[in-house]
Amino acid sequence: MFTELNSILNSTPDSFTRKEFVLLSDRQSDASFLIHHFLSFYLRARCKVCFLGLVQSFSHYSAISQRLGVSLTQAKEKGQLIFLEGLKESLSILIPQEGNAESQAVDFLRDPTVGLRCLYEFVQSSLSSSGGGEDGTEEWGPPVLLVDDISVLLSLGVNAGAVLDFSHYCRATVCSQLQGNMVMLVRCDGEEEGDDGDDEGPELLLKGLTHQCSLTLHVQGLPTGYCRDIHGQVEVCWRRRQGDGQHTQKKLFQYKVHDKGASFFARGTSSAVL
Amino acid sequence: MAAPVDSVGKPTAERSPFNSTSFQKKTRSKLISIPGTRPSVQNGQLLVSTGVTSLDYLLGGGLAVGTVLLIEEDRYDSYSRMILKYFLAEGVVCRHELFVAAAQDNPDDILQELPAPILDDVAIHKPVDQPRLSCEPQDSLDAMKIAWRYQNLPKVQSALASTSRFGHYYDVSKTMEPEIRQAAKCHRFYLPEHPTQTSSYSALLKSLQEVIHREGFDVPRSRNILRVGLHSLGSALWGDDLSCHDNPRHSHALTTFLYGLRALLRSSLSVAVVTVPSHLIQDRALMGSITRLCDNAIALESFKGSERETNPLYKDYHGLLHVHQVPHLNCLANQLPDHKDLAFKLKRKQFTIEGFWFECSHVGATKNKHSSAMSAKEDNGPSPSPLID
Repeated sequence: MFTELNSILNSTPDSFTRKEFVLLSDRQSDASFLIHHFLSFYLRARCKVCFLGLVQSFSHYSAISQRLGVSLTQAKEKGQLIFLEGLKESLSILIPQEGNAESQAVDFLRDPTVGLRCLYEFVQSSLSSSGGGEDGTEEWGPPVLLVDDISVLLSLGVNAGAVLDFSHYCRATVCSQLQGNMVMLVRCDGEEEGDDGDDEGPELLLKGLTHQCSLTLHVQGLPTGYCRDIHGQVEVCWRRRQGDGQHTQKKLFQYKVHDKGASFFARGTSSAVL
Repeated sequence: MAAPVDSVGKPTAERSPFNSTSFQKKTRSKLISIPGTRPSVQNGQLLVSTGVTSLDYLLGGGLAVGTVLLIEEDRYDSYSRMILKYFLAEGVVCRHELFVAAAQDNPDDILQELPAPILDDVAIHKPVDQPRLSCEPQDSLDAMKIAWRYQNLPKVQSALASTSRFGHYYDVSKTMEPEIRQAAKCHRFYLPEHPTQTSSYSALLKSLQEVIHREGFDVPRSRNILRVGLHSLGSALWGDDLSCHDNPRHSHALTTFLYGLRALLRSSLSVAVVTVPSHLIQDRALMGSITRLCDNAIALESFKGSERETNPLYKDYHGLLHVHQVPHLNCLANQLPDHKDLAFKLKRKQFTIEGFWFECSHVGATKNKHSSAMSAKEDNGPSPSPLID
């Protein structure tokens, strides 16, 4: 959990906005450090977390969360964290073997044109079952869905429209129905405009998700080039849905990632410069 | 430090604590030591050498076990193939197991072209030499007069000494001797031998998984590393139309394979080097997703056949090297190299990668008709040319 980011977003583990869909995006950069922030934030806030870790192994997230002060193994044992390790589950479908039970959640790998219905059902079943009823299980806070990262589904052959449907269904269930939060990471490449007419793909996904979300954090490299002390800039954009129509509020920060966290500062106030 | 005479004969435990230190080295290390690997200083991950020492430095000390290195091929696939051969040769010298897959050339041909390692001492497997040396008379010319305590030690360094080093040097003008090469276990996958109805990538993935499982690399107590070399994935010979069409029909075949490869590598003690002819792939977004699915990514751009070959500025180098991605596994921050402009040169005994920048020429040296690279050499010493015209 990065304390400076908490003060920027005006949220603490004790009080944060509910029914929020946070979109993390990056362009030619790496925004995955923000996913670790939100994971440790919501675990500290005693929320029930469903994490779709599609691109890295469990030990990677566990090692980093350890440095941020949260133990993923303990959270999994207590039932607070439901972790889908995409890499491990996918092998059972990509290399089918007799006698090996195939994972249901990543069933879309067998035929990507079918869509992400099975993945949605996995999310729904893991977050809908609240742990208050059984003996010995603790009562957790609002449910949270974290996805790292959703654009890898495009690389696995799923249509951008199907991914948008999936995120819409998840938002309806998690944010509206269960009054929880959702955080998704989407990664882009290349220039913003000037595509060769290829609308199917990451750009379409990014535009669609930006329209659905309520808060975006867009990570980019510095416009002046590579710098060792300032790793890039983050643009935070609130899209408030007040009664009298939407108004957006934007703020721009620069950041530097350390071993145990990240520091955010206003443009030009990096400690390397001052 | 002179020990007192009466305590020399006593065992260590009986010495009084005031005369000797109670320091005892703790050898309770949790890391199993596999030859040819070392832990990273940044995050404790297990690293192997790529065979090219300067590339190891660029990647943060070496290639982390469980990761993939993507090499975007140069136009004629000469230097990327060379790096692949360095990688496999390093595996032979460190006694790792190899898995080579290719669609165009037979993997046996690739294995026969491996460069010869430059070892300081006798080559690894020549046990016949040992008895000959030991029956030499002790009072030969080699009788030591000063360091006589070392007389009885074997004259030849054991083979383990050379394999415990991290990173070796190779002579590209010679090929590796067959005895050394055959000592290493190599698994091959030559695509024409596997006619399949399904995609060739899934056959390759299945074959790789079988090897990993059969040789036991996915067991937690595995004691060796598997080096996987995949040549020219994405080319048309793999049954892929990525490099032929602007809008390929099955654009996700290669990316799904890379996803499965990452899953296999993360759950076993293996490391992979994949070369892709990226200059044939037109779709930049697809190249971006291929890069993101690999952990390390470098691109080679050779000067052969371009006008830069005769440009005096580039005369010391064979091409440019771009680092597109460096992983940050198990930690938040990653270490990009300081220089973003890198150039490489393949010399007979070394593949060097250096930061590259344009040298400003001396004021007086412009009068010289020699190339400006000459002035770069004169920069380091006192310039003989006059500074004032």
